[in-house]
Amino acid sequence: MDTREKDIEKLKDYKYGFTTDIENIKSPKGLNEDVIKFISNIKKEPQWMLDFRLKAFERLKLLKEPNWQKPKYPKIDYQDLYYYSAPKSMKDKPKSLDELDPKLLETYKKLGIPLQEQARLNGIAVDAVFDSVSVATTFKGELTKHGIIFCSMSEAIQKHPDLVKKYLGTVIPVTDHFFATLNSAVFTDGSFVYIPEGVKCPMELSTYFRINASETGQFERTLIIADKGSYVSYLEGCTAPMRDENQLHAANVELIALDDAEIKYSTVQNWYPGDENGKGGIYNFVTKRGLCKGKNSKISWTQVETGSAITWKYPSCILKGDNSIGEFYSIAITNNHQKADTGTKMIHLGKNTKSKIISKGISAGFSDMTYRGLVDINSKAKNSSNYTQCDSLLMGNKCGAHTVPYIKNKNFDSNIAHEATTSKISDEQLHYCQQRGLNPEEAVGLIVNGFCKEVLQQLPMEFAVEAQKLVGISLEGSVG
Amino acid sequence: MSDQLQSDFDKLVKTSKFSSEEIKFKKNFLNNFIKNGFPNRKQEDWKFLDISQIIKKNISDLSFFNDYSQSNKIDPSVLVDGLEHNKIIFINGKIEKIDFNFEDQNKIEIIDETKKDISFNYENSLIDLNSAFIDKIFKILIKKNSSLKKPLIIYHLTNDKIKSTNINLRLDFELGENSCLKLIDYFANTTAKNFINIFYNFNLEKDSILKNYKIDKLRNNDLKYFFNNIEQDNNSVSETFILSAGSDYFKNEINCNLNGEYSSAFINGIFSLKENQQHEIRTTINHLVENTKSYQLIKSVLGKNSKSAYQGRIFVNSKAQKTDGYQLSKAILLDETSEFNAKPELEIYADDVKCSHGSASGSLDENSIFYLMSRGLNYQQSKELLINGFLTDVVEKITDVEIKNLITNIIRLKQ
Repeated sequence: MDTREKDIEKLKDYKYGFTTDIENIKSPKGLNEDVIKFISNIKKEPQWMLDFRLKAFERLKLLKEPNWQKPKYPKIDYQDLYYYSAPKSMKDKPKSLDELDPKLLETYKKLGIPLQEQARLNGIAVDAVFDSVSVATTFKGELTKHGIIFCSMSEAIQKHPDLVKKYLGTVIPVTDHFFATLNSAVFTDGSFVYIPEGVKCPMELSTYFRINASETGQFERTLIIADKGSYVSYLEGCTAPMRDENQLHAANVELIALDDAEIKYSTVQNWYPGDENGKGGIYNFVTKRGLCKGKNSKISWTQVETGSAITWKYPSCILKGDNSIGEFYSIAITNNHQKADTGTKMIHLGKNTKSKIISKGISAGFSDMTYRGLVDINSKAKNSSNYTQCDSLLMGNKCGAHTVPYIKNKNFDSNIAHEATTSKISDEQLHYCQQRGLNPEEAVGLIVNGFCKEVLQQLPMEFAVEAQKLVGISLEGSVG
Repeated sequence: MSDQLQSDFDKLVKTSKFSSEEIKFKKNFLNNFIKNGFPNRKQEDWKFLDISQIIKKNISDLSFFNDYSQSNKIDPSVLVDGLEHNKIIFINGKIEKIDFNFEDQNKIEIIDETKKDISFNYENSLIDLNSAFIDKIFKILIKKNSSLKKPLIIYHLTNDKIKSTNINLRLDFELGENSCLKLIDYFANTTAKNFINIFYNFNLEKDSILKNYKIDKLRNNDLKYFFNNIEQDNNSVSETFILSAGSDYFKNEINCNLNGEYSSAFINGIFSLKENQQHEIRTTINHLVENTKSYQLIKSVLGKNSKSAYQGRIFVNSKAQKTDGYQLSKAILLDETSEFNAKPELEIYADDVKCSHGSASGSLDENSIFYLMSRGLNYQQSKELLINGFLTDVVEKITDVEIKNLITNIIRLKQ
């Protein structure tokens, strides 16, 4: 076996499936006012933040869990979850990386995320979130020089309450749907980014999410504000240990782009997908929404979704400012018993707004994949346009691929074009590749990579390489 | 509303001669409808156009009782000219005339099915309404190896004797092996504010061909719901064409089950809407076995304050390898106030399939208008020419030449 084959062998299993043995502080089990107060208290939050949470909790009591989605799941007992879990050593937050629990550092090293700045990877600033809290944020000094605020949400609530107060919940209000409201009530940590006027962020910002504790839900909240004329590229990566039970991950991500600002948000989601019989895995029910608030602003979502037992998310753009642009590039891969219901919403409100949706879905094994999207051009959104392309690739006849686009055009000046295809890898293509010496698995890998290329190109370089590998690994064993 | 439904139902029972068993059946349907009411936007299939709201807004005094004892005169001027045809004439929901003069009477059979169990399993409360208040149900049987010489036109007429009334209608069709039926549904009602609820159930046996053309062209204020269920056996072909232009509200729903290999379904539709019209086509094509094919083309031209919706669903079973499915919907929005909604849906469980859909909407192409105007046409003429071309595409799909000419004349498309 040559080394390359060994590598593949090694990668075959979910390599992030280890757990870190670390002492945790947990909130009492269950969801009630006391738990919310506990979370707020342990994070030393001001009163307005607690009020925000309680308001959301009041609202939550009236809401019902949605059930229109394609992948059905057993009922989640919300009283049987821990809503807060943090490594004990984080109780008094370490002031620098040197004080950080070595076990945590070890974990992130294993994950391939170096937190020490000397081991930095091409200048990417990382905010690492472990279960419920942010454990470290790198490159703070360099970023502060430019006036950029990149820190954990809890820190932002303490240090920049004005900004948080002004923007938190403006894109995803506390009165939104069930999971978003749940998050508003119990969110624990996440990243906060503020790019001041006219600043182009000199490095990629990145958050790394890790679920470690069992029976925990992770509820993080990310808020990114790009002030006038600024630019930021933000990456997000996720992993979790292998467990037999299903774990819930319900995050909220809010993006706000003011005049002439641009936000690029990339996700490589690789939560534990469950074993090949569909046991265990993460329920990834995430609400991501971006608001192009100002003129000429732009928000671009790129996602590579390979993990999770169930992925259920629709990163959306609200194109409010005139001439604003929304983009959505997605690769979703499901294998074995994974299920995904993902897509986007493009809501055109301003004049001359443009949006583009490229979605590539690949399903193999016994999996089920749905693209669900909404393009809504309002009557005031003159001269707007949308282009949508969603392609699905099926491998085997035990899996399913579905496309459910909703198209609403209320403006006669605007154009919407939508295209979708579903097919399999053609025998001709396979034959051609094999004829030139590739084995069937390599051939499929090559063809799939070509299929996804349009989206992979959108990722920042370092991530693109990782994502390309991930695509190959996720489809491991699905050919033949 | 439930009190009125109940009292109208009692009135119907009193004036008709239903057997006690029939009444029991009907009561069941009535109770189902009372329980569920008119479909509303909370139901996914009615998301875009909410019929319960539309009825509330347009017909505040809807009566469910329809007096079938009265006979009506046929006004010959509404009949289609220039095409020899067989006729079935409905006036106010009552059959006034059945005329198959062009045919050999042994080829067809008309069976009164009123007394049979008419329940139909489909999640739609309007079918319950239909079954509860229906007067008579006929089944038209085209026998094995026979084709009608002339097309059959079913006239749906109303006169001014009724107003704000719910009319229910149902016909069952059975096409024997290797038979062929050309069927035109012709709406010529000019009355106001009735809710017409029609249900056709087709059963296509091996090698049979159904061509169904629905023409709703004359402007009227009625609200209509037309549901077709089509079951297709091996090698059968169904072709449906919908011209949706006349009524205030019109929803055509087609559920087509391709149960036999090599069966195929074609659905083509035109929306041509003006002032305050709201129309919808919803199709569900279920590819259940190998080697089946479906093709759909829907085009809309939308004027002031009008709204059209297209919901098309292609379902492919895991057994249905080698399926070929295609949908295309296109819309031209002519006014600031017009609106187009689409939900083209694919649900696929087999891998060796070729399925795609496309949807595009926008305004008329200014460059094309400029081109035509530079050649001497005025703005209005250029616009008409472009719209004509846009719609001709759909009419061209009609496979029967005589009927194509008839429809071309009705829409007044210039060749």
